[in-house]
Amino acid sequence: MSEVSKLLLITFSMIFTENYVLVQFLGICPFLGVSKEFDSCLGMSGAVIFVMTLASAVTWLVYTFLMVPLGLEYMSTIIFILVIAALVQFVEIVLKKFIRPLYESLGVYLPLITTNCAVLAVTLLNIEEHYNFIESVVDGLTAGIGFGLALILFCGVRKALERAKPPKPFEGLPITLVAAALTSMTFMGFVGIADRLFG
Amino acid sequence: MKEKWKILTNGIFKENPVLILLLGCCSVLAVSVTVSGALGMGIALTFVLVCSNVVISLLRKLIPDKVRIPCYIVVIATFVTLVQMVVEAFLPELNKALGVFLALIVVYCIVLGRAEMFASKHGVVDSFLDGLGMGIGYTIVILGIALVRELIGNGTILDQRIIPEGYQIGIISQTPGGFMMFGFAIALLVFCLGKKGKKFDPRIGCDGACAGCARSCENRIQEAPKANAEEVKA
Repeated sequence: MSEVSKLLLITFSMIFTENYVLVQFLGICPFLGVSKEFDSCLGMSGAVIFVMTLASAVTWLVYTFLMVPLGLEYMSTIIFILVIAALVQFVEIVLKKFIRPLYESLGVYLPLITTNCAVLAVTLLNIEEHYNFIESVVDGLTAGIGFGLALILFCGVRKALERAKPPKPFEGLPITLVAAALTSMTFMGFVGIADRLFG
Repeated sequence: MKEKWKILTNGIFKENPVLILLLGCCSVLAVSVTVSGALGMGIALTFVLVCSNVVISLLRKLIPDKVRIPCYIVVIATFVTLVQMVVEAFLPELNKALGVFLALIVVYCIVLGRAEMFASKHGVVDSFLDGLGMGIGYTIVILGIALVRELIGNGTILDQRIIPEGYQIGIISQTPGGFMMFGFAIALLVFCLGKKGKKFDPRIGCDGACAGCARSCENRIQEAPKANAEEVKA
Protein backbone atom coordinates (compact mmCIF):
# COMPACT_ATOMS: atom_id res chain seq x y z
CA MET A 1 0.00 0.00 0.00
CA SER A 2 1.43 3.37 -0.92
CA GLU A 3 2.08 5.99 1.73
CA VAL A 4 -0.69 8.29 0.53
CA SER A 5 -3.37 5.63 0.54
CA LYS A 6 -2.23 4.49 3.97
CA LEU A 7 -2.66 8.02 5.27
CA LEU A 8 -6.08 8.22 3.65
CA LEU A 9 -7.02 4.92 5.26
CA ILE A 10 -5.94 6.21 8.68
CA THR A 11 -7.90 9.41 8.15
CA PHE A 12 -11.06 7.65 7.08
CA SER A 13 -10.98 5.00 9.76
CA MET A 14 -10.15 7.38 12.60
CA ILE A 15 -12.97 9.74 11.71
CA PHE A 16 -15.63 7.20 10.76
CA THR A 17 -15.11 3.47 11.14
CA GLU A 18 -12.85 3.49 14.20
CA ASN A 19 -14.18 6.69 15.74
CA TYR A 20 -12.65 6.98 19.18
CA VAL A 21 -15.78 7.98 21.01
CA LEU A 22 -18.57 6.20 19.22
CA VAL A 23 -16.83 2.97 18.27
CA GLN A 24 -13.90 2.50 20.64
CA PHE A 25 -15.27 3.98 23.88
CA LEU A 26 -12.33 6.31 24.40
CA GLY A 27 -12.90 9.73 25.90
CA ILE A 28 -16.47 9.01 26.97
CA CYS A 29 -16.33 11.27 30.01
CA PRO A 30 -15.77 14.55 28.13
CA PHE A 31 -18.18 13.30 25.47
CA LEU A 32 -20.99 12.99 28.00
CA GLY A 33 -19.91 15.82 30.25
CA VAL A 34 -19.14 18.70 27.92
CA SER A 35 -21.66 18.06 25.15
CA LYS A 36 -24.40 20.25 26.61
CA GLU A 37 -23.51 23.59 25.08
CA PHE A 38 -22.44 24.08 21.49
CA ASP A 39 -19.71 26.57 22.38
CA SER A 40 -18.10 24.29 24.92
CA CYS A 41 -18.31 21.46 22.37
CA LEU A 42 -16.34 23.52 19.88
CA GLY A 43 -13.78 24.58 22.48
CA MET A 44 -13.31 21.05 23.75
CA SER A 45 -12.96 19.62 20.24
CA GLY A 46 -10.41 22.27 19.33
CA ALA A 47 -8.37 21.56 22.45
CA VAL A 48 -8.50 17.80 21.90
CA ILE A 49 -7.45 18.06 18.24
CA PHE A 50 -4.62 20.38 19.19
CA VAL A 51 -3.31 18.30 22.08
CA MET A 52 -3.72 14.94 20.33
CA THR A 53 -1.72 16.09 17.30
CA LEU A 54 1.04 17.57 19.42
CA ALA A 55 1.11 14.62 21.81
CA SER A 56 1.34 12.13 18.95
CA ALA A 57 4.29 13.97 17.48
CA VAL A 58 6.15 14.47 20.76
CA THR A 59 5.61 10.98 22.15
CA TRP A 60 6.69 9.42 18.85
CA LEU A 61 9.93 11.40 18.97
CA VAL A 62 10.49 10.58 22.64
CA TYR A 63 9.83 6.90 22.02
CA THR A 64 12.02 6.56 18.94
CA PHE A 65 14.96 8.72 19.95
CA LEU A 66 15.03 8.30 23.73
CA MET A 67 13.23 5.20 24.90
CA VAL A 68 14.28 2.72 22.21
CA PRO A 69 18.03 3.49 22.44
CA LEU A 70 17.85 3.32 26.24
CA GLY A 71 15.76 0.14 26.24
CA LEU A 72 12.88 1.72 28.14
CA GLU A 73 10.02 0.56 25.91
CA TYR A 74 8.27 -1.14 28.83
CA MET A 75 7.87 2.21 30.57
CA SER A 76 5.80 3.74 27.78
CA THR A 77 2.63 4.18 29.86
CA ILE A 78 4.30 6.04 32.67
CA ILE A 79 6.55 8.15 30.43
CA PHE A 80 3.79 9.08 27.98
CA ILE A 81 1.42 10.27 30.66
CA LEU A 82 4.13 12.49 32.11
CA VAL A 83 5.08 13.78 28.66
CA ILE A 84 1.44 14.62 27.94
CA ALA A 85 0.97 16.33 31.29
CA ALA A 86 4.10 18.40 30.83
CA LEU A 87 3.21 19.17 27.22
CA VAL A 88 -0.25 20.44 28.11
CA GLN A 89 1.17 22.64 30.83
CA PHE A 90 3.78 23.98 28.41
CA VAL A 91 1.24 24.64 25.67
CA GLU A 92 -0.96 26.45 28.15
CA ILE A 93 1.89 28.76 29.15
CA VAL A 94 2.96 29.41 25.56
CA LEU A 95 -0.57 30.15 24.41
CA LYS A 96 -1.21 32.42 27.36
CA LYS A 97 1.93 34.39 26.59
CA PHE A 98 1.92 34.57 22.80
CA ILE A 99 -1.40 33.60 21.25
CA ARG A 100 -3.95 35.21 23.51
CA PRO A 101 -7.14 34.66 21.44
CA LEU A 102 -6.45 30.94 21.05
CA TYR A 103 -5.79 30.68 24.76
CA GLU A 104 -9.05 32.36 25.56
CA SER A 105 -11.04 29.90 23.47
CA LEU A 106 -9.17 26.71 24.43
CA GLY A 107 -7.67 27.60 27.79
CA VAL A 108 -10.40 26.26 30.02
CA TYR A 109 -10.36 22.88 28.34
CA LEU A 110 -6.62 22.31 28.21
CA PRO A 111 -6.10 21.24 31.85
CA LEU A 112 -9.18 19.05 31.56
CA ILE A 113 -7.62 16.84 28.92
CA THR A 114 -4.25 16.28 30.54
CA THR A 115 -5.22 12.81 31.54
CA ASN A 116 -8.00 12.22 29.06
CA CYS A 117 -8.02 8.56 28.15
CA ALA A 118 -8.35 9.33 24.43
CA VAL A 119 -5.13 11.34 24.35
CA LEU A 120 -3.10 8.70 26.16
CA ALA A 121 -4.68 5.98 24.01
CA VAL A 122 -3.77 7.64 20.73
CA THR A 123 -0.11 7.86 21.73
CA LEU A 124 0.02 4.26 22.92
CA LEU A 125 -1.78 2.94 19.84
CA ASN A 126 0.59 4.83 17.53
CA ILE A 127 3.46 2.86 19.00
CA GLU A 128 1.53 -0.39 18.98
CA GLU A 129 0.70 0.00 15.29
CA HIS A 130 4.35 0.80 14.42
CA TYR A 131 3.37 4.00 12.65
CA ASN A 132 6.13 6.26 11.35
CA PHE A 133 6.29 9.92 12.30
CA ILE A 134 3.94 11.29 9.64
CA GLU A 135 1.43 8.51 10.17
CA SER A 136 1.48 9.14 13.91
CA VAL A 137 0.80 12.84 13.47
CA VAL A 138 -1.99 12.18 10.97
CA ASP A 139 -3.40 9.54 13.30
CA GLY A 140 -3.44 12.00 16.20
CA LEU A 141 -4.95 14.77 14.11
CA THR A 142 -7.71 12.65 12.59
CA ALA A 143 -8.51 10.91 15.86
CA GLY A 144 -9.02 14.39 17.29
CA ILE A 145 -11.21 15.37 14.36
CA GLY A 146 -13.24 12.19 14.83
CA PHE A 147 -13.66 13.06 18.49
CA GLY A 148 -14.77 16.57 17.57
CA LEU A 149 -17.24 15.28 14.98
CA ALA A 150 -18.80 12.90 17.48
CA LEU A 151 -18.97 15.60 20.13
CA ILE A 152 -20.60 18.17 17.86
CA LEU A 153 -23.07 15.67 16.40
CA PHE A 154 -24.03 14.53 19.86
CA CYS A 155 -24.41 18.12 20.99
CA GLY A 156 -27.22 18.44 18.46
CA VAL A 157 -28.80 15.22 19.68
CA ARG A 158 -28.74 16.50 23.24
CA LYS A 159 -30.44 19.73 22.24
CA ALA A 160 -33.32 17.62 20.96
CA LEU A 161 -33.22 15.49 24.10
CA GLU A 162 -33.87 18.51 26.29
CA ARG A 163 -37.35 18.78 24.86
CA ALA A 164 -38.04 15.06 25.15
CA LYS A 165 -39.95 13.55 28.01
CA PRO A 166 -38.41 10.19 28.90
CA PRO A 167 -39.80 7.86 31.57
CA LYS A 168 -38.98 9.11 35.04
CA PRO A 169 -36.05 6.78 35.90
CA PHE A 170 -34.41 7.59 32.57
CA GLU A 171 -34.22 11.33 33.14
CA GLY A 172 -30.75 12.82 32.97
CA LEU A 173 -27.80 10.58 32.28
CA PRO A 174 -29.58 7.30 31.39
CA ILE A 175 -31.49 8.76 28.45
CA THR A 176 -28.32 10.54 27.35
CA LEU A 177 -26.57 7.18 27.27
CA VAL A 178 -29.38 5.64 25.24
CA ALA A 179 -29.17 8.56 22.82
CA ALA A 180 -25.42 7.97 22.60
CA ALA A 181 -26.16 4.36 21.74
CA LEU A 182 -28.37 5.44 18.85
CA THR A 183 -25.76 7.94 17.66
CA SER A 184 -23.07 5.28 17.71
CA MET A 185 -25.39 2.96 15.80
CA THR A 186 -25.31 5.40 12.89
CA PHE A 187 -21.52 5.13 12.84
CA MET A 188 -21.78 1.36 12.48
CA GLY A 189 -23.01 2.05 8.98
CA PHE A 190 -19.47 2.94 7.96
CA VAL A 191 -18.09 -0.48 8.81
CA GLY A 192 -16.62 -2.16 5.76
CA ILE A 193 -16.54 0.97 3.63
CA ALA A 194 -12.87 1.59 4.42
CA ASP A 195 -11.82 -1.85 3.21
CA ARG A 196 -13.71 -1.44 -0.02
CA LEU A 197 -12.31 2.04 -0.65
CA PHE A 198 -8.68 1.44 0.16
CA GLY A 199 -8.30 -2.32 0.30
CA MET B 1 -14.29 -2.50 63.83
CA LYS B 2 -17.67 -1.32 62.70
CA GLU B 3 -16.05 1.82 61.38
CA LYS B 4 -13.66 -0.21 59.22
CA TRP B 5 -16.48 -2.37 57.90
CA LYS B 6 -18.30 0.80 56.92
CA ILE B 7 -15.33 2.04 54.88
CA LEU B 8 -15.16 -1.27 53.06
CA THR B 9 -18.86 -1.45 52.19
CA ASN B 10 -18.99 2.24 51.34
CA GLY B 11 -17.43 1.54 47.95
CA ILE B 12 -19.66 -1.44 47.28
CA PHE B 13 -23.05 0.16 47.90
CA LYS B 14 -23.37 3.71 49.10
CA GLU B 15 -20.66 5.25 46.96
CA ASN B 16 -20.34 2.64 44.25
CA PRO B 17 -17.76 4.14 41.89
CA VAL B 18 -19.57 3.12 38.71
CA LEU B 19 -23.26 3.59 39.41
CA ILE B 20 -23.32 6.31 42.08
CA LEU B 21 -20.12 8.30 41.60
CA LEU B 22 -20.23 7.60 37.84
CA LEU B 23 -16.47 7.56 37.47
CA GLY B 24 -14.51 5.84 34.76
CA CYS B 25 -17.34 5.00 32.40
CA CYS B 26 -14.97 4.43 29.47
CA SER B 27 -13.70 1.18 30.89
CA VAL B 28 -17.12 0.03 32.05
CA LEU B 29 -18.50 0.40 28.55
CA ALA B 30 -15.53 -1.06 26.73
CA VAL B 31 -14.58 -4.04 28.82
CA SER B 32 -18.03 -5.31 29.75
CA VAL B 33 -18.35 -7.31 26.52
CA THR B 34 -17.36 -10.63 28.02
CA VAL B 35 -17.56 -11.91 31.58
CA SER B 36 -13.96 -13.11 31.59
CA GLY B 37 -12.68 -9.74 30.35
CA ALA B 38 -14.75 -7.91 32.94
CA LEU B 39 -13.45 -10.14 35.71
CA GLY B 40 -9.86 -9.60 34.60
CA MET B 41 -10.34 -5.85 34.41
CA GLY B 42 -12.03 -5.83 37.82
CA ILE B 43 -9.16 -7.67 39.44
CA ALA B 44 -6.54 -5.53 37.72
CA LEU B 45 -8.28 -2.32 38.75
CA THR B 46 -8.77 -3.52 42.34
CA PHE B 47 -5.08 -4.35 42.59
CA VAL B 48 -4.05 -0.93 41.27
CA LEU B 49 -6.55 0.85 43.51
CA VAL B 50 -5.46 -0.94 46.66
CA CYS B 51 -1.73 -0.53 45.99
CA SER B 52 -1.90 3.09 44.93
CA ASN B 53 -4.18 3.96 47.86
CA VAL B 54 -1.77 2.38 50.33
CA VAL B 55 1.34 4.00 48.85
CA ILE B 56 -0.26 7.42 48.51
CA SER B 57 -1.55 7.21 52.04
CA LEU B 58 1.96 6.37 53.25
CA LEU B 59 3.43 9.26 51.30
CA ARG B 60 0.66 11.76 51.99
CA LYS B 61 2.76 13.86 54.38
CA LEU B 62 5.80 13.87 52.08
CA ILE B 63 4.09 14.90 48.85
CA PRO B 64 4.01 18.70 48.44
CA ASP B 65 0.50 19.95 47.87
CA LYS B 66 1.26 21.78 44.63
CA VAL B 67 2.63 18.81 42.70
CA ARG B 68 0.44 16.16 44.25
CA ILE B 69 -1.48 15.22 41.09
CA PRO B 70 1.66 14.40 39.05
CA CYS B 71 2.98 12.48 42.06
CA TYR B 72 -0.23 10.45 42.29
CA ILE B 73 -0.08 9.76 38.56
CA VAL B 74 3.47 8.45 38.83
CA VAL B 75 2.52 6.12 41.68
CA ILE B 76 -0.55 4.88 39.82
CA ALA B 77 1.34 4.46 36.55
CA THR B 78 3.97 2.35 38.30
CA PHE B 79 1.38 -0.15 39.47
CA VAL B 80 -0.39 -0.12 36.12
CA THR B 81 2.88 -0.96 34.38
CA LEU B 82 3.36 -3.79 36.87
CA VAL B 83 -0.09 -5.19 36.10
CA GLN B 84 0.48 -4.76 32.37
CA MET B 85 3.69 -6.79 32.52
CA VAL B 86 2.13 -9.60 34.56
CA VAL B 87 -0.91 -9.83 32.30
CA GLU B 88 1.22 -9.72 29.16
CA ALA B 89 3.47 -12.48 30.45
CA PHE B 90 0.98 -14.90 31.96
CA LEU B 91 -2.45 -14.10 30.48
CA PRO B 92 -1.97 -13.25 26.80
CA GLU B 93 -5.67 -13.88 26.04
CA LEU B 94 -6.81 -11.39 28.66
CA ASN B 95 -4.23 -8.95 27.37
CA LYS B 96 -5.78 -9.17 23.93
CA ALA B 97 -9.32 -8.76 25.29
CA LEU B 98 -8.49 -5.69 27.36
CA GLY B 99 -6.13 -4.13 24.83
CA VAL B 100 -5.24 -0.54 25.47
CA PHE B 101 -7.76 -0.26 28.30
CA LEU B 102 -5.40 -1.97 30.71
CA ALA B 103 -2.83 0.78 30.20
CA LEU B 104 -5.56 3.38 30.47
CA ILE B 105 -6.22 2.51 34.12
CA VAL B 106 -3.65 5.26 34.70
CA VAL B 107 -6.13 7.93 33.75
CA TYR B 108 -9.30 6.48 35.21
CA CYS B 109 -11.04 8.86 37.50
CA ILE B 110 -11.68 6.08 39.99
CA VAL B 111 -8.02 5.60 40.89
CA LEU B 112 -6.98 9.24 40.78
CA GLY B 113 -10.25 10.28 42.40
CA ARG B 114 -9.82 7.93 45.35
CA ALA B 115 -6.22 9.05 45.78
CA GLU B 116 -7.35 12.65 45.94
CA MET B 117 -10.59 12.15 47.86
CA PHE B 118 -9.57 9.47 50.32
CA ALA B 119 -5.99 8.21 50.44
CA SER B 120 -4.47 11.68 50.75
CA LYS B 121 -6.50 12.34 53.88
CA HIS B 122 -6.69 9.00 55.69
CA GLY B 123 -4.43 6.39 57.29
CA VAL B 124 -2.98 3.33 55.62
CA VAL B 125 -5.49 0.76 56.88
CA ASP B 126 -8.48 2.90 56.00
CA SER B 127 -7.07 3.62 52.55
CA PHE B 128 -6.45 -0.07 51.97
CA LEU B 129 -10.05 -0.90 52.87
CA ASP B 130 -11.38 1.96 50.76
CA GLY B 131 -9.40 0.77 47.75
CA LEU B 132 -10.58 -2.78 48.25
CA GLY B 133 -14.22 -1.76 48.66
CA MET B 134 -14.15 0.51 45.62
CA GLY B 135 -12.49 -2.23 43.58
CA ILE B 136 -15.06 -4.80 44.60
CA GLY B 137 -17.90 -2.36 43.91
CA TYR B 138 -16.51 -1.71 40.44
CA THR B 139 -16.04 -5.42 39.74
CA ILE B 140 -19.58 -6.33 40.79
CA VAL B 141 -21.20 -3.73 38.56
CA ILE B 142 -19.00 -4.40 35.55
CA LEU B 143 -19.58 -8.16 35.96
CA GLY B 144 -23.34 -7.62 36.09
CA ILE B 145 -23.33 -5.59 32.90
CA ALA B 146 -20.97 -8.05 31.21
CA LEU B 147 -23.20 -10.97 32.17
CA VAL B 148 -26.19 -9.41 30.43
CA ARG B 149 -24.19 -8.28 27.42
CA GLU B 150 -22.47 -11.61 26.86
CA LEU B 151 -25.68 -13.57 27.36
CA ILE B 152 -27.82 -11.49 25.03
CA GLY B 153 -25.15 -10.39 22.60
CA ASN B 154 -23.23 -13.61 22.21
CA GLY B 155 -25.51 -16.23 23.74
CA THR B 156 -22.77 -17.46 26.07
CA ILE B 157 -21.53 -17.06 29.62
CA LEU B 158 -17.81 -17.72 30.13
CA ASP B 159 -17.81 -19.42 26.71
CA GLN B 160 -20.58 -21.85 27.74
CA ARG B 161 -23.35 -21.60 25.18
CA ILE B 162 -26.71 -20.90 26.80
CA ILE B 163 -28.79 -19.36 24.05
CA PRO B 164 -28.64 -21.45 20.86
CA GLU B 165 -26.65 -20.03 17.99
CA GLY B 166 -28.58 -17.70 15.72
CA TYR B 167 -30.80 -16.31 18.46
CA GLN B 168 -28.42 -13.77 19.98
CA ILE B 169 -28.80 -10.03 19.47
CA GLY B 170 -25.33 -9.09 18.30
CA ILE B 171 -25.71 -5.35 18.71
CA ILE B 172 -25.79 -5.67 22.50
CA SER B 173 -22.17 -6.78 22.57
CA GLN B 174 -21.14 -4.05 20.15
CA THR B 175 -20.62 -0.37 20.90
CA PRO B 176 -24.26 0.81 20.93
CA GLY B 177 -25.16 -2.02 23.30
CA GLY B 178 -22.53 -0.80 25.75
CA PHE B 179 -24.04 2.66 25.97
CA MET B 180 -27.53 1.27 26.13
CA MET B 181 -26.89 -1.32 28.83
CA PHE B 182 -25.07 1.19 31.00
CA GLY B 183 -27.97 3.60 30.60
CA PHE B 184 -30.42 0.84 31.55
CA ALA B 185 -28.33 -0.11 34.58
CA ILE B 186 -28.39 3.46 35.89
CA ALA B 187 -32.10 3.80 35.14
CA LEU B 188 -32.72 0.56 37.03
CA LEU B 189 -30.83 1.91 40.02
CA VAL B 190 -32.79 5.17 39.94
CA PHE B 191 -36.01 3.17 39.68
CA CYS B 192 -35.12 0.90 42.61
CA LEU B 193 -34.04 3.82 44.78
CA GLY B 194 -37.24 5.62 43.78
CA LYS B 195 -39.31 2.66 44.96
CA LYS B 196 -37.61 2.95 48.33
CA GLY B 197 -38.45 6.64 48.43
CA LYS B 198 -34.87 7.78 47.89
CA LYS B 199 -33.75 10.27 45.30
CA PHE B 200 -30.67 9.99 43.15
CA ASP B 201 -29.83 12.37 40.36
CA PRO B 202 -27.28 10.70 38.09
CA ARG B 203 -24.73 13.15 36.79
CA ILE B 204 -21.56 12.26 35.03
CA GLY B 205 -18.65 12.17 37.48
CA CYS B 206 -16.25 15.07 37.57
CA ASP B 207 -18.17 17.01 34.92
CA GLY B 208 -16.78 14.80 32.23
CA ALA B 209 -13.12 15.31 32.73
CA CYS B 210 -11.32 12.05 33.30
CA ALA B 211 -8.47 14.43 33.38
CA GLY B 212 -9.20 17.31 35.63
CA CYS B 213 -11.14 14.77 37.60
CA ALA B 214 -9.17 15.13 40.75
CA ARG B 215 -9.80 18.83 40.74
CA SER B 216 -13.52 18.79 40.00
CA CYS B 217 -14.02 15.85 42.30
CA GLU B 218 -13.49 18.19 45.19
CA ASN B 219 -16.88 19.69 44.49
CA ARG B 220 -18.39 16.27 44.64
CA ILE B 221 -17.22 15.57 48.15
CA GLN B 222 -18.99 18.65 49.38
CA GLU B 223 -22.09 17.40 47.72
CA ALA B 224 -21.82 13.90 49.03
CA PRO B 225 -22.89 14.62 52.63
CA LYS B 226 -25.78 16.69 51.33
CA ALA B 227 -26.97 13.83 49.16
CA ASN B 228 -26.67 11.46 52.11
CA ALA B 229 -28.64 13.81 54.30
CA GLU B 230 -31.40 13.80 51.71
CA GLU B 231 -31.38 10.04 51.66
CA VAL B 232 -31.68 9.88 55.41
CA LYS B 233 -34.53 12.36 55.43
CA ALA B 234 -36.35 10.41 52.76
